Amino acid sequence: MKKNRFFNAITLTVTSASLYILLALLIFTGIIDEYNGQLLTLAGIYVIVSLSLNLITGFTGQLALGHAGFMAVGAYSTAIIIMRLNVPMIPAVFAGGLITAIFGLLIGIPTLRLRGDYLAITTLGFGEIIRVIMVNLEGLTGGAAGLKGVPPFSDSGDFILDAVIKFSWVYGFVIFTLVVVSNLIKSSPGRAIISIREDEIASNSMGINVPYYKMFSFTMSAFLAGIGGGLYAIYFGYLNPQMFGFLNSVNFVVIVVLGGMGSITGTILAGIGFTYIQEWLRIFKDFRLVIFGLALISVMLFWPKGLMGTNEISVVKLVRKYFFKNKNSDNSSSGSPASGESQSEGVR
Amino acid sequence: MAVLDAKSISIVFGGLKAVTNFDLKLEKGELVGLIGPNGAGKTTVFNMLTGVYNPTGGDILFNKAGEGAATKSIVGLKPFQITQLGIARTFQNIRLFKDLSVLDNVRIAFHFGVKYNALQGILRTPLFFKEEESITEKARDLLKIFNIHGKENELAKNLPYGEQRKLEIARALATNPKLLLLDEPAAGMNPQETHDLMHLISFIRDKFDLTILLIEHDMSLVMGICERIVVLDYGQTIAVGTPSQISKDPKVIKAYLGEGVETGA
Ligand SMILES: Nc1ncnc2c1ncn2[C@@H]1O[C@H](COP(=O)(O)OP(=O)(O)OP(=O)(O)O)[C@@H](O)[C@H]1O
Ligand SMILES: [Mg+2]
Repeated sequence: MKKNRFFNAITLTVTSASLYILLALLIFTGIIDEYNGQLLTLAGIYVIVSLSLNLITGFTGQLALGHAGFMAVGAYSTAIIIMRLNVPMIPAVFAGGLITAIFGLLIGIPTLRLRGDYLAITTLGFGEIIRVIMVNLEGLTGGAAGLKGVPPFSDSGDFILDAVIKFSWVYGFVIFTLVVVSNLIKSSPGRAIISIREDEIASNSMGINVPYYKMFSFTMSAFLAGIGGGLYAIYFGYLNPQMFGFLNSVNFVVIVVLGGMGSITGTILAGIGFTYIQEWLRIFKDFRLVIFGLALISVMLFWPKGLMGTNEISVVKLVRKYFFKNKNSDNSSSGSPASGESQSEGVR
Repeated sequence: MAVLDAKSISIVFGGLKAVTNFDLKLEKGELVGLIGPNGAGKTTVFNMLTGVYNPTGGDILFNKAGEGAATKSIVGLKPFQITQLGIARTFQNIRLFKDLSVLDNVRIAFHFGVKYNALQGILRTPLFFKEEESITEKARDLLKIFNIHGKENELAKNLPYGEQRKLEIARALATNPKLLLLDEPAAGMNPQETHDLMHLISFIRDKFDLTILLIEHDMSLVMGICERIVVLDYGQTIAVGTPSQISKDPKVIKAYLGEGVETGA
């Protein structure tokens, strides 16, 4: 058991580090050009926000439609903290996340009593309210004209180096989000959260404080979405309430649904895919939305569980399979709480 | 020595008196049956005892230790609070966490006793690993009792019906109850399975030091293991007694045969 635990931790660390080195090198050497490097970085931010949404919608089963609002809170507060208080970037991003978490808590208290469509509509409403507040708090946010001059991740003057640094920070935060969500989900509080999605009444009857865990999940989701927002602010260096409209909230829902509600790896794949497809479709201008809509409808018709359903691609299992063929027998000890892999492998 | 003392509880659903002045005192270690025709109000009694519905009148007292009189009123508490106090239940229409594994279904019911918090879970502290190992082990032990430990990684919804009912009981036991409420545990089981379940219910009562109240339409099970039976009809208690008294009671016979035929649903 202990050995397994160690193996999993090492595997995940080595895999994420190698992937990072690989991508950073590709950007640095220009094999991934500046444009694609930027896009990959943006995809990372989308993945962070989508993972946060998956926590509340995919794992807790509560459809939230206002995540662009949380992103806005994180973005503006991070930007303001950096610009007005001269706080360094990392603490500012976390502070932005915390402020968003407080917003999440306050919004969650009245809304999380509601279910299904009602929750979706009220969170949508709150998302819009936040945006309107950003427009009207001109002194702080620059209002409709926007907030200019958020300092970038780095301003070495070297485009390539800047791109690598930008990417590195976002990659780090993606890993952070990934560890938080995935470790949470594979712990007892995480199982409590999932049981709410499965059957709220049964969950309550099994001694689980359902309102508390809904709040917890929602607040945690807001925290991570706020972090995504903070990175977004630094990434663009410019904020405008228009960037956080309702359609953006919908985009995150689309990513989560396409990837599979309740699948972390699904969200990552869909988040990256979505970012690229959105770029490619730019040439179609407004028809982009039509194409998107049609694509979404067909996915829902033919693939209602999304790319992954609630399954996961397990890095640990893949590494075992291809690098440690003889160790396969160890695999049977699934159900080990320490294993860094999903227990719901396989098609259902 | 009462574990539970329900005093004249009633509930009205928009004019329908679903349960009227229901009294029930359960002594520690008793195995009591609650029977009655369809729609008599049996499940509604369970829902009041577990906090799903608030009775419109009366009081429910509970005493976890089972020594002395039951004194703590549980009316107004949420279902999760009542479960944490020591009353667990199963559902007539099985309510498992369908898309989760058999093992996880049981582990979830251990949750409120787990000693680490979400942050420690995220940080994977030593306490996390220790507690996870311990509840996984305890969950497996429970599954063994019900002979479904070989299927711990299967999704709950893929179990055959009888095993789903057993898993629900195992899950309820994981909350470490003193009082267990079983709503039609044998529904959908064949006679052999029902027979095995009878023994299993007596067995867990002794092993876990439980008091059990069960609703059942299968008379062989009720008559076979219950020491005392309460009969409901149209929300009213029409008889209380030993199985042999109940089976001869004219009011009970009339309720079952006179007004509508029992379907065993
Ligand atoms: N939430 C509710 N709202 C309105 N009426 C209800 C509600 N719950 C139960 N009832 C009604 O209360 C009566 C008793 O229902 P209950 O489910 O307790 O019966 P039961 O004895 O468990 O029957 P069965 O043997 O069919 O399970 C029925 O007439 C039912 O329709
Ligand atoms: Mg019933």
